[in-house]
Amino acid sequence: MATTEETPTRKIQVKRFKPEEYPEKHYLNQEKGLWAWLTTVDHKKIGLMYLMSVAFFFLVGGVLALLLRTELLTPARNFMTADVYNQVFTLHGAIMIFFFLIPSVPAALGNFVLPLQLGAKDVAFPRLNLASFYIYVIGALFTITAIFTGGIDTGWTFYTPYSSTTGGSVAMMTLGVFILGFSSILTGLNFIVTIHKLRSPGITWNKLPLNLWGLYATSLIQILATPVLAITLLLLTMERVLSIGIFDPALGGDPVLYQHFFWFYSHPAVYIMIVPGFGIVSEIISTFSKKVIFGYWAIALSSLAIAFIGFLVWGHHMFTAGQSSLANMVFSFLTFLVGIPTGIKIFNWLATMYKGSIDLKTPMVYILVFLFLFTIGGFTGIMLGALSVDVHLHDTYYVVAHFHYVMMGGMVMAFLGGLHYWWPKMFGKMYSEFWGKIAAGIIFVGFNMTFLPQFIMGSQGMPRRYYNYIDQFQAFHQFSTIGAYIMGVGFVIIAAYLLHSLLRGEKASSNPWGSRALEWQTSSPPDLHNFKHTPVIINGPYDYHKPMSEFQLGIATPHNGHGHHEEEGMDVAETEKEKA
Amino acid sequence: MNSLSDFMLPPAKSTLAGQTDALFNFINVTSLIFLIGITFAIIYFSWKYRRRSENDVTPVITHNNKLEITWSVIPLILVIIVFGWGFTGYMNKATPPNDSYEIRVVGKSWLWEFHYPNGYVSVGELHVPEDRPVKLVMSSTDVIHSFYIPDFRVKKDVLPNRYTSLWFEATDPGESVVFCTEYCGNAHSNMMATTIVHTQEDFQSWLETAGSADENLTPVELGEQLTTRNACTTCHSVDGSVLQGPSFQGLFGSEAPLESGETVSVDENYIRESILEPQAKIHEGFQPVMPSYAGTLDDNQINAIIEYIKTLD
Ligand code: HEC
Ligand SMILES: [Cu+2]
Repeated sequence: MATTEETPTRKIQVKRFKPEEYPEKHYLNQEKGLWAWLTTVDHKKIGLMYLMSVAFFFLVGGVLALLLRTELLTPARNFMTADVYNQVFTLHGAIMIFFFLIPSVPAALGNFVLPLQLGAKDVAFPRLNLASFYIYVIGALFTITAIFTGGIDTGWTFYTPYSSTTGGSVAMMTLGVFILGFSSILTGLNFIVTIHKLRSPGITWNKLPLNLWGLYATSLIQILATPVLAITLLLLTMERVLSIGIFDPALGGDPVLYQHFFWFYSHPAVYIMIVPGFGIVSEIISTFSKKVIFGYWAIALSSLAIAFIGFLVWGHHMFTAGQSSLANMVFSFLTFLVGIPTGIKIFNWLATMYKGSIDLKTPMVYILVFLFLFTIGGFTGIMLGALSVDVHLHDTYYVVAHFHYVMMGGMVMAFLGGLHYWWPKMFGKMYSEFWGKIAAGIIFVGFNMTFLPQFIMGSQGMPRRYYNYIDQFQAFHQFSTIGAYIMGVGFVIIAAYLLHSLLRGEKASSNPWGSRALEWQTSSPPDLHNFKHTPVIINGPYDYHKPMSEFQLGIATPHNGHGHHEEEGMDVAETEKEKA
Repeated sequence: MNSLSDFMLPPAKSTLAGQTDALFNFINVTSLIFLIGITFAIIYFSWKYRRRSENDVTPVITHNNKLEITWSVIPLILVIIVFGWGFTGYMNKATPPNDSYEIRVVGKSWLWEFHYPNGYVSVGELHVPEDRPVKLVMSSTDVIHSFYIPDFRVKKDVLPNRYTSLWFEATDPGESVVFCTEYCGNAHSNMMATTIVHTQEDFQSWLETAGSADENLTPVELGEQLTTRNACTTCHSVDGSVLQGPSFQGLFGSEAPLESGETVSVDENYIRESILEPQAKIHEGFQPVMPSYAGTLDDNQINAIIEYIKTLD
């Protein structure tokens, strides 16, 4: 563990910069017009454009989910044919994963806060950042084209040989996801370079906010795993379009090879979706407990450990696929290992709350919901990692419930927490605390009503991706559907009060939560260039025992030498940015 | 604990179920203990340490090695137990005893075919003896399927380019449902079958009569039997109602409009072709979902089906 004594330091003249409250000019009004938005290289605006896009796709994916749940109210046909149902569940999965979950935290929230937390003006490659956004848009256009030119019914996993033989626009869709991958890779690359190169004076690795450790680990996975998905989808497209036999046995290929390739990306992708959520949880828990985070290094390194081990567990999606017993044993073992760092995080967060000063504001409520739901997601993951039990539970509703507890109960709750947490910073407006908590409560109830019965159904044998089912499961399905509607109501409430906040919301101060983290030491909303000074960091982002004034330091320039009495010399640890 | 698994799990009807269920219960109970502890901590801390004033001062606790090692090592030990337990259970499921009774299973979109050692083929019904290990050697004729009997806690993917196998020993005579659990398209959720467990003697006599009984039937009677046994009737009604496919009633001698725009008259040759190569000509307004019965039905049986369809007008 690095301590200040070992790090090379140098003296910097600093002074206190109190953030300007309720600024007249900020990044939302310094450049005006649609064109300025579409061509902006400002990471905050790009983040907001991503936020709008992911919100749109979440809406689409959510409506599709409600359609599915409605169809499942009765065992036989309600209002969709089997073909339509199959397309709808494919789209629900593909949209939620590729267009919502993967970009939601890194590209939307991450883009907004990453440079702010570093005290940087922008990401390292602002133009590339804009390019990532447009690549995302192009990928989305391909997918939308695919939906309207025949649709696709393969499931989001595109398993061969079904996907190489079924009708519809599979090639268009996989091409869309292929393109999307580049957006993800470029964002990851940008973040890694930014974190290495653009840290303000004093932000050493042990003062890096945990949110950035999360994004850093995520970016590593993004740039290492996404190319494999790209290659796989390209091979699949070649097989479909040019009849080159790779996965389809009818052409001499091997369908299980596809599954290996696919999960080699898609399992790490699960961590692309959840690890940045861990970052948000750490930030919010510390802020609303007003207490230094417990086990900083344990949390930071466990994210990296998860990212690393996460590459070695893909085979646990294939325990029943005819893989050798030895492979199954190894993959099962590694799967359990990945559970340990995850468990450690939960305990660290609880320990942070211990003896804290806990303020149950909306973001914190979401994080507590996260802790509960994600713990269930984790334990049911242990259940699925156990080989003999997985043989029974694989491809049933148990798995469906498990990954919804992880992805929705975990990631989406963390995302909502982060959204509510940084909302005042993004727009300079507060939202209704009352409605915020009501919505969180409704979503919590609705979520559990939707997915708890699915654990039971799954254990009893209800297979996933079923359009019809046998009568014995009907009561569970109906309960689940009602839960889904309730959850839908919760999201409508969120949309309503956030919209109200944008239009009529009370103005937010620069630091409404009293956080020590750097992004709160500039005005809300921030200036186009984030800070009007170069921040200097002498404390960790969670040092609540230090006075606020020590978190608002910046390099004193000779020109604005008015308050000489405020200036003082500080020993500040050197970062790469200065050495470079 | 038993009531928990009775509620969550289907009845345990194979020798492999006990071990799986025990581990299922162990993980559930352990998880529940942890979950209750964690939930309690969340609620208790949120209340006990709630913010009293904006100037609250909190202690500086950055880490605690002893605590952190404890909460890493205890879960580690637990998961290693679960791993070992799960792996041994899995090895049991993966190694069929040598004296297993072998049945060939063929999965095709969207039905299950069972070929018995004496050459008899049943569709949609798997007949097995009780208290005797049965090994299923499985393959698919098209996409990937997965063969799953919840009551037995067994499941295995069925692949088009290789054989996979699973085994079980049924403990109770009776019926259990079979599901396809690997998504395979339009009628994936209808790709079910029934496992019928007989006592050993019943199974023997079933097997002996199953094949030979056919010889004593008239072609029309045999045809009627074959259409139910081969699951034709799940898609084709005999009373004029339209299911997944056109009704058999009044089919023979009619003019069938095709997707291509042509019409064909339904004669012996057309029915034969429809059974062996169903995708060759698609009846207008229907999906090309009928599986091919080439290799399943022999000439004699196809003749019988044709004779039977002729009687339905
Ligand atoms: C999975 C559902 C399904 C099963 C099982 C099934 N069929 Fe079909 N069958 C269809 C469909 C759908 C069509 C119409 C599309 C086509 O022509 O392929 C059809 C068409 C036919 C036709 C042609 C009818 C016409 O008007 O063109 C015949 C004859 C036929 N089936 C016989 C059988 C027989 C005999 C069996 C059992 C050995 C059987 N089918 C099993 C779905 C099924
Ligand atoms: Cu199937």
